[in-house]
Amino acid sequence: MKIKPLEILSHVILILGVLLMVLPIWFSFATSTHDNVSIMTEGMKFFLGESFSQNYNEVLNEKGGWSEEVTAARMFMNSFIMALGIATLKVVISAMSAYALVYFRFKLAVPIFWLIFITLLVPLEVRIFPSYKIVSDLGLTNTYTGLILPLVASATATFFFRQFYKTIPDELLESAKLDGANSWRFFIDFLLPLSKTMLAAMFIFMFVYGYSQYLWPLIMTTDEKYWTVVMGMKIIFTENYEGVALPRTGERFAYIILSMLPPVLVVVILQRWFIKGLIQTEK
Amino acid sequence: MSFLELQNITKIYPNGTKAVNETSLNIDDGEFVVFVGPSGCGKSTLLRMIAGLEDITSGEISLDGNIINKIDPSERDVAMVFQNYALYPHMSVFNNMSYGLKNRGISKDEINNKVNDVAKLLEIDQLLTRKPSMLSGGQRQRVAMGRAIVRNPKIFLFDEPLSNLDAKLRNQMRLEIKKLQRQMGVTSIFVTHDQTEAMTLGDRIVVINNGVVEQVGTPKEIYSKPNTKFVAEFIGSPQMNLFQCKIENGLAKISDMQINLNNSLNIQDACIGVRPDDILISDQGEYSSSANLVEYLGSDMIIYSSVGGQEFSCKLSSKINLKAGDNFKFNISPSVLHIFDNTSGQRI
Repeated sequence: MKIKPLEILSHVILILGVLLMVLPIWFSFATSTHDNVSIMTEGMKFFLGESFSQNYNEVLNEKGGWSEEVTAARMFMNSFIMALGIATLKVVISAMSAYALVYFRFKLAVPIFWLIFITLLVPLEVRIFPSYKIVSDLGLTNTYTGLILPLVASATATFFFRQFYKTIPDELLESAKLDGANSWRFFIDFLLPLSKTMLAAMFIFMFVYGYSQYLWPLIMTTDEKYWTVVMGMKIIFTENYEGVALPRTGERFAYIILSMLPPVLVVVILQRWFIKGLIQTEK
Repeated sequence: MSFLELQNITKIYPNGTKAVNETSLNIDDGEFVVFVGPSGCGKSTLLRMIAGLEDITSGEISLDGNIINKIDPSERDVAMVFQNYALYPHMSVFNNMSYGLKNRGISKDEINNKVNDVAKLLEIDQLLTRKPSMLSGGQRQRVAMGRAIVRNPKIFLFDEPLSNLDAKLRNQMRLEIKKLQRQMGVTSIFVTHDQTEAMTLGDRIVVINNGVVEQVGTPKEIYSKPNTKFVAEFIGSPQMNLFQCKIENGLAKISDMQINLNNSLNIQDACIGVRPDDILISDQGEYSSSANLVEYLGSDMIIYSSVGGQEFSCKLSSKINLKAGDNFKFNISPSVLHIFDNTSGQRI
């Protein structure tokens, strides 16, 4: 088989792209396995060192924060709960509201859809003061509910679900009706399975979105028990910068590597669904 | 009282379109009725109203003695086969067929038995685990039928179910539907725009035009005695020839061609219909014309000609040697003529 020059070029570009993406992560990982002295004296590492278990062990179990109470493991759990809650509720709520908008032809469906759509123009950062006021008046600061609830409405996901439902032929609904499916059954037995791919994709996006929230948890939580991973990145292992101790660079890199894992796992697990849905053209 | 009764059914859409106008119809138990008409004539709307998928603006539908106007589609005990089959794409054939039964709370064993029986009947028992996307057009059609049959409904509704199939398969499925219906004896309504399907399938045919029933009758009645000009033209292939003419004292004048009708009719504006195969070509013919175009169809051929500027066609055995441009002589017997009033379109 002859290889065309264009093919070689495109492969070179792709490989460069992959390196560009992967190298920083590899550097971080390699560095995270060295002890702080060698990092301090020699800079970032390309090859693996010997302090892997020590660094990662310290990261997960050492108590940090001002009160010396919160561990990174706890922060991971918080982030996971927050991201999971946001992603699940976002997907469920948008799927259901899109269902209402498409299938229940009530009078104000179109204006309501646009109203939902307009909220794209008002991200959390813009409405952060009123949002905080409401949540704190409800007494939800320093709770998971407070972390999750203000972020669960999603115009983007509603829009995508709406567009998808609109492509489903009317006969399917009619046939289901004749088969005795009420509107609830139609949603559960038809729309959800048909939009499996879409649900997986939306869940991935929304999970990553929830996981990488920084400003909201920062404002919402004063209790260290509710700190999230992204917040911790700024705070953890910096407490003894001053004085004689070395900056704990190894541990911080280990922390960064660990913080990447949950979103990566979600993508890897759900990707199977995603691809399966793409291969089987089920419509 | 008939099995299915439609009384003055009218459908007006919110935008003011009158799809069905004051339609009344009685259908007997076990009958196979075909609604036929051009696209947009309201035949599908009528069917969908019987199914309960479309609200009834006014009038009354009763099935087996109960008025079903306000009854939910799922409780009407009707089954429908859609034009695009509307199979559930994410469910296996088995689940497609059993879904309706499951919703009725029938036990698993019974569902299994029913589905398997119907699958055997339709020869799709090998396909039960497949998804609809893995089936051919004909197989999908069978599954759609199976889904309807398995529910054992009071009435089957078919909404142009054969129009997505290729010609050969369509003929085959047509026969099969007819056989199945005979075998099971379930009242069926079949909607189509294809007059051949209508003629071959129906015990009775309902010809619909512009939301109005033009004629109801057996295929033979409709073919041999069309009530209106519309029915005359719509049923039969090739189309019936219609001549505009003036009838004076039982003599129809189509420009210089005059046909004696053996009666004493006097109509200023009449229309005379002759089936293409009722025009007899012979050397002793009374009238003559020339062939503009000849279509050869194997055993038959169709000759297109005109008289006094009005085109007509005749169908005859292709054994006769006639080419385009040839002159020919023909006869029309008064007994095969259909006479209509041109303004009202009604048969006289």
